[in-house]
Amino acid sequence: MSWKDRYRDLALQALTKRAAYGSDIDINKFIDKTEEKTMINDEIKNKVLEVGIELSQEKSGIYFQVDHSVVLSRVASNIKGLEILPIDEALLRYDWLKSYYWKAISVDQDKYTAIAELKSTKGYFIRAAPYTKISQPIQACLYIHSQGLLQAPHNIIIAEEGSEINIITGCTIGSKVNYGLHIGISEFYVKKNAKIIFTMVHSWNEGTYVRPRTGVIIEDGGVFISNYILLKPVRDLQAYPTAYLIGKDAKAKFNSIIYGSQDSIIDLGSRIILMNEGCSGESIFKVVATGNAKVYNRGQIIGQNRNTKGHLECRGMILCPTASIVAIPELIAEHSETELSHEAAIGKLQEEQLNYLMARGIPPDDAIGILVKGFLDPGLPGIPEILQSEIRKKIFTAIRR
Amino acid sequence: MLLETDNLHVVVEGKEILKGINLSMEKGEVIAIMGHNASGKTTLVLTLAGFPRYIVSKGKIVFDGKDITNLTIYERAKLGIAVAFQSPPTIRGLRFGDMIAFAAGKNPWILKDSKFIEEILRKVDLEPSIYMDRELNVGFSGGERKRSELAQLFAMKPKLMILDEIDSGVDIDSLRILGNSLKNYIEENNCAVMIITHHRHILQYVKPNKVYIMSKGKIVLTGSYEELIPKIEALGYEALIKEVLKNELEG
Repeated sequence: MSWKDRYRDLALQALTKRAAYGSDIDINKFIDKTEEKTMINDEIKNKVLEVGIELSQEKSGIYFQVDHSVVLSRVASNIKGLEILPIDEALLRYDWLKSYYWKAISVDQDKYTAIAELKSTKGYFIRAAPYTKISQPIQACLYIHSQGLLQAPHNIIIAEEGSEINIITGCTIGSKVNYGLHIGISEFYVKKNAKIIFTMVHSWNEGTYVRPRTGVIIEDGGVFISNYILLKPVRDLQAYPTAYLIGKDAKAKFNSIIYGSQDSIIDLGSRIILMNEGCSGESIFKVVATGNAKVYNRGQIIGQNRNTKGHLECRGMILCPTASIVAIPELIAEHSETELSHEAAIGKLQEEQLNYLMARGIPPDDAIGILVKGFLDPGLPGIPEILQSEIRKKIFTAIRR
Repeated sequence: MLLETDNLHVVVEGKEILKGINLSMEKGEVIAIMGHNASGKTTLVLTLAGFPRYIVSKGKIVFDGKDITNLTIYERAKLGIAVAFQSPPTIRGLRFGDMIAFAAGKNPWILKDSKFIEEILRKVDLEPSIYMDRELNVGFSGGERKRSELAQLFAMKPKLMILDEIDSGVDIDSLRILGNSLKNYIEENNCAVMIITHHRHILQYVKPNKVYIMSKGKIVLTGSYEELIPKIEALGYEALIKEVLKNELEG
């Protein structure tokens, strides 16, 4: 039995396994067959701009997948030490890559990981060679173009020792597509003293189901920063990325900026396991809920070694009586020298601030927009200014619409 | 007539605070409203601004020929009423420069030319390179907050500025800047100003045509600057009011 077959067997056994959190989705109602796509039209270009992907601009590298077709996968000619390949091609080229495949996440975690393995609908491989530091962002984009599609890419990102990379990923759906299911499998490997900043912007619609599955393994002195931004409505999204800090002094940080609107159900959390000495982790979740949106924030930090520190924070603002926010923090101390904390505050818009802005002649809706933007956007630490301003622009656009 | 309140009664959380205020202001006129603490001055300001907590139970407010008693804060601001607040809030995530643009009715996020913002900041002696990108009022000193208020009002180009204790909590240098900026603006724009204050300090820069003294939710004295200010200085509000009432009774 080949190594691939073993995963296939495990996946088959997990095909009906419900996820630990979130509603159960009938994956059979989605299609996995679609025509090969090779063209990028203006509609696609404009749509991916919403998630921060500028196809016209040459950044350090780009991966662009439409449905199951890899449309772009290249590294800029002036960038050394960076590789971007479709995952199937990378697995054929590098035999060693199989030792990373399904190592940060279990293939049989639930039916979504299982279907991703069984359908194998592409995904990307990004690797930064040792001591390569690339400040220009790498762009990655996954786009659903076909009605009712099940898109389940498997991504592997490796930052080798001493390297630093900055990835912006945008996932979105065509404006004429009413529904779809996106399952993104992402495995991150942050080697000794390496750093990955991963900014993910999602822009879905009222018919899209989303089940990303993410695992991160961080070695000595490694740093992983995740910024997740969701500003548009979604039918039902559930994700619970897990970071395993296996090396000494490793660091992980999850920042989430969520604008939950309409009938969105968003169940988003993070788990940070502080396994070695001196590790630290932090999760900052900022959410604004309006309409009938239901937002859950699950945060878990497990301190398993000495001199470890962890902090969870959830700040929520409810704009509408029919919206709801639930914060579920979990701190698990498995060592006497771990220090864990959490903080949560959920409230309404400050009336004093709103009145103040309106007294300056700002229309009520714009005044709310300004305050919501200010609440969601205090600046994301560890993010280059160029990215910060991109994120700000997106928040303005989403709220003002 | 620019502003007229007719027998204005105002209730806040079930309690009557203003008890029949009659006030009038001509276009371009400067008036001062003075009085001791808790005399109802700030209630009058926030009622004129349209804050929903301040309920007009009797009387009306007419601005520029229009009854504005039931208009919202935003609608009144658009008609040309601009208030400098005594304790303006901090707003995280909102750049001071952007706030100036908003106050001027412009969208800072699509604005190509920000020169006018710089000009306004310079009018209140705030260096644009230092202040433009700062979050609104976050970490601002007392004097900086008051100058920020004034700058926002200048950007609004209102018909009436209502300044609620613009001179409180500021040092002598900031007072001079505030006073001179205000004086210059009024001269250039012929804007009416209602100055609410405890002291005469700011009035030395911008001399009012009329001074009103409030006590217990009423206007108890009206007179000229020359007539009332020396008496306030000499006697204080309480003794002055007592003396006047006594004279009235004897008279």
